[in-house]
Amino acid sequence: MAIIQVEHLNYQYSNSDTKAIDDVSFEIQAGDWVAIVGHNGSGKSTLAKLLIGLMAADSGKITIDGQELTPDSVWQIREKVGMVFQNPDNQFVGATVADDVAFGMENRAVDRDTMVAKVDQALKQVGMSAYKDREPANLSGGQKQRVALAGIIAIAPKILILDEATSMLDPRGRQEILAVIQQLKTDLNLTVLSITHDIDEAANADRLVVIDDGRFVEEATPDNVFNHGQQLIDMGLDVPLSEKLKDALQKRHIAVPQSYLDERGLIDWLRTSRLNK
Amino acid sequence: MNKVMFGRFIPGHSWVHRLDPRAKLVLSFLYIAVVFFANNFWTYLIMTVLLLASVAASAIPLRVYIRGLMPLFWLMIFTVLIQVFFGAGGHVYWQWGWLVVSQDGLNSAGLILMRFVLIILISTILTFTTEPLEIADGIESLLSPLRKFHFPVATLALMLSLALRFVPTLMDEAEKIMNAQRSRGVDFGAGGLRQRIKTIVPILIPLFVNAFNRAIEISTAMEARGYQDGEGRTKYRQLKWHRLDTVSLVIYVVSLSAVIGLRYFS
Repeated sequence: MAIIQVEHLNYQYSNSDTKAIDDVSFEIQAGDWVAIVGHNGSGKSTLAKLLIGLMAADSGKITIDGQELTPDSVWQIREKVGMVFQNPDNQFVGATVADDVAFGMENRAVDRDTMVAKVDQALKQVGMSAYKDREPANLSGGQKQRVALAGIIAIAPKILILDEATSMLDPRGRQEILAVIQQLKTDLNLTVLSITHDIDEAANADRLVVIDDGRFVEEATPDNVFNHGQQLIDMGLDVPLSEKLKDALQKRHIAVPQSYLDERGLIDWLRTSRLNK
Repeated sequence: MNKVMFGRFIPGHSWVHRLDPRAKLVLSFLYIAVVFFANNFWTYLIMTVLLLASVAASAIPLRVYIRGLMPLFWLMIFTVLIQVFFGAGGHVYWQWGWLVVSQDGLNSAGLILMRFVLIILISTILTFTTEPLEIADGIESLLSPLRKFHFPVATLALMLSLALRFVPTLMDEAEKIMNAQRSRGVDFGAGGLRQRIKTIVPILIPLFVNAFNRAIEISTAMEARGYQDGEGRTKYRQLKWHRLDTVSLVIYVVSLSAVIGLRYFS
């Protein structure tokens, strides 16, 4: 079942000559982890903001969980979607960790006893229970993003959108956040839509949506997308490490398999290839 | 920045620390109002004893409070000197041209100094023992009757708590910008007044622009998390009025009534 449906979406910023989103259509199935990839300025973040009605599209139709996005339904749609943004500091609204987790529930007028219980539970799920009364100034970027996640878990959405949520973190913080999200996805049966230009993060998604200069290119599994290696590089996109290695080997006139291999696949191939002999 | 003790919070678990911020705010305001009623030895004695008792109940050593007074030392000297030399009336002890040291002058100088110290100390007790956030919560709660007059109390409270939350973040940012400008050759604190004011601009403008970008991002994040309006929300933080608060309130009301009583009926 498609949980997100986008049909012929168009959007143009008033101060720009070109369309930020140009006739984009795609579908996302419930329970998938989908990564939207594209080079900087290709319209990924614009797309995310359109999806939860933070900006209104010029034309086109967005349907989320069977409900069409309109000015009247926007708040109902936001109930179903949680969003983590890029800058950890600028989405931390509460004075302390617990306050920030409670913010979304306060907005939904949840009664206080439920809030207290849910804050504890959500912080436990992201491993931040020990930091409940800390202030944001004393937290690392990765910890702040976990708190942002806890705030979203507390309102139990169906869809989680990550708008470059790991791009301001160090490699370790990034790994930790992605592991927490993976866990949450299974526990809560979430649909995850991650917007990223970290290609190794995208390689782990179930499906990829490729966007180039506001235009939809394709929607396919990572294997299929990374098969068009050179085409991706022409679009200003990176390729995963295993593709880069294959490319480097090919330049040295070593015959490599044409189809995409992830890291494990490449290791297996290297082990069995005659390079070892 | 660290030298300024005034307005800082010192964590602890004393009687005063555990008081409800509303109680502390009300008591401080009452005290400050009543200071202006005190006018003779007995009234000042009561006020001083009440203050010292509060200081003792806060479990913070008196010298920390005294250090808090230090930045205001010159202001105190200045006011006292003005009062001493320009307050006329009563017995004249010394005179030189238009400078007069008189009995009334000395009296009012002592009075002003006393009031000054008492007011500063009582507000220092409040800020030493109460987190800024608690003060914000207390103010919100005390202002809530104004809702009847369509005063946006919830919005004001949100603004206050967002502002407090971003103070350290903006301080960090100012520091970063200063260092970034220094590394590009800006020399802060050099040259005359004009030059110094000019060097502030390269800190101020980027800070201003960043603050705007931050505001846009925060409002987007708040909206994405379902924030519509200040009204109709529930609150996670809640203030609780304990017996300790009632007891403190009674002690203050009794002592302060005695002060007013002594002024008018003795």
